[in-house]
Amino acid sequence: MDYTIILQAGIASGTVLLFATIGELFAERSGVLNLGVEGMMLIGAMSAFSTTIATGNPWLGVLVAMIFAGLISQIHAFIVITLQADQVVSGLALTFLGAGISLVLGEGLSKAGTVSLLPNFSIPLLTLIPIIGKIFFTNQSVLVYVGYLLVPLSWYYINRTRPGLHLRAVGEYPSAADALGINVFRMRYFYVFVGGMMAGLAGATISLAVSPGWFSELTTGGQGWIAIGLVIFAQWDPFRAAIGAYAFGALRRLILDIQGPLVLFGFANPFYYNPYLGFFLQMLPYLFTVVVLVIGSREALRKRIGAPAALGNPYVRGERGL
Amino acid sequence: MINQTSSMPSSPPQAPLVVEMRGIVKRFPGVLANDHVDFELLHGEIHGLLGENGAGKSTLMNVLAGLYRQEAGTILVKGEPKAFSSPRDAIKAGIGMVHQHFMLVPSQTVTENILLGLDDPRFIMRLPDYNTKIAELGERFGLKVDPRAKIWQLSVGEQQRVEILKMLYRGVDVLIMDEPTAVLAPQEIEGLFVTLRAMIAQGKSVIFISHKLQEVSVIADRVSVLRRGIATASGVPSKGVSRQELARLMVGRDVIFALDKKPGRPQDVVLEVTDVHAESDKGLPALRGISLNVRAGEIVGVAGVAGNGQSELSQVISGMRRCAQGQVLLNGDKISNRNTLFGIQHGMAYVPEDRTHVGSAPNLSVTDNVIMKNFRKPPISKNGLLDMKAATKHANELKLAYDIIVPTVSTPVRLLSGGNLQRVILAREISGLPAFMVAVQPTRGLDVGAIEGVHRLLLAQREAGAAVLLVSEELEELLSLCDRVYVIYEGKIMGEVMIGDDEPDEGAALSLSKGLVDTIGQMMTGTPLDQIQKEGVAAHD
Amino acid sequence: MTEPTTLNKRRAPFRFRIEPRLSEPPAWYPAAVSFGAIIVALILGGVLISFAGGDPIRSYLHIAKASFGDIGVLSDTIVKATPIILAALACSVAFRMKLWNIGAEGQFIMGAFGASAIVLAPVLPAETSRWIFIPVMMIAGMAAGAIWGFIPGYLKAKFNVNEIISTLMLNYVAVAWVNFWIFGVWTEGGFQMSPKFPDGAWLPRLSDYAKAFPIFRGLTTHLGLVIGIVAAIILWFIIFRSRWGYEIRLIGDNPNAAQYAGINITRNTIWVMMLSGALAGLGGMSEVGGVVHRLQTAPVAAGYGFTGIIVAWLAKLNPLAIIFVSILFGALILAGREIQPSGVPKMIQGIILVCLIASDFLLRYRVVIERVEE
Repeated sequence: MDYTIILQAGIASGTVLLFATIGELFAERSGVLNLGVEGMMLIGAMSAFSTTIATGNPWLGVLVAMIFAGLISQIHAFIVITLQADQVVSGLALTFLGAGISLVLGEGLSKAGTVSLLPNFSIPLLTLIPIIGKIFFTNQSVLVYVGYLLVPLSWYYINRTRPGLHLRAVGEYPSAADALGINVFRMRYFYVFVGGMMAGLAGATISLAVSPGWFSELTTGGQGWIAIGLVIFAQWDPFRAAIGAYAFGALRRLILDIQGPLVLFGFANPFYYNPYLGFFLQMLPYLFTVVVLVIGSREALRKRIGAPAALGNPYVRGERGL
Repeated sequence: MINQTSSMPSSPPQAPLVVEMRGIVKRFPGVLANDHVDFELLHGEIHGLLGENGAGKSTLMNVLAGLYRQEAGTILVKGEPKAFSSPRDAIKAGIGMVHQHFMLVPSQTVTENILLGLDDPRFIMRLPDYNTKIAELGERFGLKVDPRAKIWQLSVGEQQRVEILKMLYRGVDVLIMDEPTAVLAPQEIEGLFVTLRAMIAQGKSVIFISHKLQEVSVIADRVSVLRRGIATASGVPSKGVSRQELARLMVGRDVIFALDKKPGRPQDVVLEVTDVHAESDKGLPALRGISLNVRAGEIVGVAGVAGNGQSELSQVISGMRRCAQGQVLLNGDKISNRNTLFGIQHGMAYVPEDRTHVGSAPNLSVTDNVIMKNFRKPPISKNGLLDMKAATKHANELKLAYDIIVPTVSTPVRLLSGGNLQRVILAREISGLPAFMVAVQPTRGLDVGAIEGVHRLLLAQREAGAAVLLVSEELEELLSLCDRVYVIYEGKIMGEVMIGDDEPDEGAALSLSKGLVDTIGQMMTGTPLDQIQKEGVAAHD
Repeated sequence: MTEPTTLNKRRAPFRFRIEPRLSEPPAWYPAAVSFGAIIVALILGGVLISFAGGDPIRSYLHIAKASFGDIGVLSDTIVKATPIILAALACSVAFRMKLWNIGAEGQFIMGAFGASAIVLAPVLPAETSRWIFIPVMMIAGMAAGAIWGFIPGYLKAKFNVNEIISTLMLNYVAVAWVNFWIFGVWTEGGFQMSPKFPDGAWLPRLSDYAKAFPIFRGLTTHLGLVIGIVAAIILWFIIFRSRWGYEIRLIGDNPNAAQYAGINITRNTIWVMMLSGALAGLGGMSEVGGVVHRLQTAPVAAGYGFTGIIVAWLAKLNPLAIIFVSILFGALILAGREIQPSGVPKMIQGIILVCLIASDFLLRYRVVIERVEE
């Protein structure tokens, strides 16, 4: 087994989680919890794949996926921002809705065959770096490189720019932001839309790059939920989100690849000789998410850092203060 | 009437009008908060806006600050009609408001908070440049605060300075201060007044909202009074009107300050707090060695500026917060660092600071709310089941006995007014016949009638021989109800003062309480009692 | 829209004002709002069906006929409703405490596994009497579900681990776990299913009594329905007439107030998650014992746990209302199997839930139409 190849593929599959996690991170930073990531990712995967089949242009597929998922997210935005409903239940509803719509519109897509995918390429000089060059910069999808840029840019945007300052204020203390003329409602709609687009991009990354095709609900296989868990682990910080996402991506690849070789660490590979043990391997990402949550939550308790203070609360303006 | 004299052009205003509000109407569901209110602000004046809690002062100013939109009426700023759809519009027109609850993002720095919502910087923030700018501005108005500090690290007084700086940075000409002294110690209030006068000297105008008569007559040039949404006086020079008259305009009848307080008969110590240390939610030390005691049949007050550990103290006593050191004894039983249930079962009642988030369950019925403490015992509960008939009967009895105004006891309590909700909570706590009761800010946000009711209930507890610990930020309330008062500052007890309970003639009482207020005020800003006494002796020598 | 409280239409002689309700709406009002929301949802669903190339009116007529058309299909509808009742009860009790257990699916699957283990391990010999088999299977199913609820409950209580994510993750683990057993251990001739259960492990069905009552011939409604109804009644009693239920309601409405009232939130979190898991597990037991009669992933992990979430919400967490709402959803699922495209029932469920949540707004606020005064 060549571990660099597993890690290389792991980075690609982690990019899916990275997009979804960063998108959710933006929505949560503005104070809106959107549990509908899984549904939006399905919408994205389905629409990217179906657009690419219809037009032959994967870039158009990515664009349609982001817009469609972004629009779907606005249902959640309307319900929780304007109608002030419970964010948990509305997010669940969005998951159902996204899954349902993508199943209906994706009917027959799974037999549609292969499509032209997004290009893979290597970064000339960086590939020469030992190990790292191979893992990160050799023959990766263009979206993987987009992911590399996204992480520092997101951090910089949140912590060092004026819109980022406003984003943090809206998620921490919306009435303070409102009193200074920041439009809390518009900001929240916008960042929920950003979250939706990123989830759509994550879906498109699956169906056009990482594991091409449309396999109904199995396409995402709960990665949207893992992303939400990763936001908690990441403590709303893009760099920590990246660590979590790539680690999970690597884990997913490892599980697929570990069943192949006859010999593992010099022993007979139990997963090869008893394929049923593979079901336990399948559990790992999900169990690992729970473990990561325990770590993240304990750390948050200890350091007394938490979610954005207004996360989950509707902002009501003009209500009497006391 | 004062109303007419002020609107008659008998004495032409020397300074030009900055703000003119005409016939402002603002409704909230179920309340008419402003009923055709007129208001005028002159250039370079400090204008006091007086009124009781709920009279509509803050509402009127929130309309002026662009936070609310009036249903009828016009606003003119320097003669031009304005329609504000947001606070941003108001700030653009030169009007800024410092709210009673500070609008500051705790996790951000002073500079970040001040820059919030501005167009400059456009995109990328270079904070060091702005830090210097803000430090300079603070210098100019005597508002000292570190621009790089995070808000949560600042004291309440410093946070208020940030709020004022925020408005000055935006170049406002009119500053509205909503109850600015409520969170300050007497000495800090002096500092605020100095700043306000400095602002006037530099050509700004100030609207000073308060329900405290005495303050307004000290700081304000002119006064307007609101009562139940109606202006009962507008723009009266504060020199030309007596406090008595202002009080009548505020309340609508002569105010009776005296309460029927019988001489105290304190007995055994019920609550004994010894050397308690505890942390705040943020993990900072909030209590640093608090010791106090409360005896049966007396009301003991805890005075202090908000945020000096009062909340944490009441939580440690009630069992809702752990203490790191020290202990709390209730009739000899250790109750600290046990659960709340232990205290409840040993006769403790607790009227929490936060009526809606701690003291009640908003979506549950009045019945469900009044059985919160006794649902474990018969007749409400038998063999693990609830007897809803008995519970409803209990609720109806309390409704009658405590004047809870509600159609039926199955109404959810979120529909109750603040005063009614407080009666539900007090009814529940008192009906358990407690041996000891902690009441934290029991009258905050209530109107005068409701406050009187609460005071009477607390005194009745004292008569009945219960020990009562009353935590309040209203000095007047403490002086009129308590037998003794502890003063708390930064988690330490600065000293203990006795309040005489025999009734001397009015003048003596006044001078007595004047001296007391000064002493308590000094303690509230961190001077221990023994030091004050020493200095007092030294001054005599 | 930037102003949520006033929606002004320019130059219109009327304006809509939205204000919070200050009094309780009449008793019929919430039901009417929910009904209206479902109608709106069906219309929206119809639009989407026709967009996807289907015929909405025929689809809906088909659903009505295929689920309530005669006593035979009605019985099939009830069979579909049975697992939903128990899953929805499971969700309702957790939601009541604002514990977002969306792992009823996994607890349901584990319940099916636990009950099946009694037969397949075997704990009891195949010839055991029905009267012993069924109670033991019920206990095993509930225990397995309760364990699956205990894990997220404990993590929530001790480490403040978000239960939404942990319960959901455990769903996937439960599926993999059952797959391991039916592929690797209890497989019947290499197929992805266990052998059929002996007769004693089957829940009695109406058709079993066709000899005495000919009208029951062919009706597959089974004992699970009775279990579900009894569970609903007991749960109603627990929630509204017991001390424990009062504690659950108080914690759900305001955990600070509950702590203030001396209620142990940690312990209740764990107990309620276990009760929730046990109810879902009972649903899984009823499904394998009453319908599938063997352990098999696909028909057990068919999304009942997720439908339970919607049903619980639609029934406003009221255990008795859950029975009736479950029957409606049973109909939707039963008839939905034949509708093309196949995702339609799932999509309609999603739309109904979205509309229901949106309609809650009308319970908290009222819309006032008034003349503009200028």
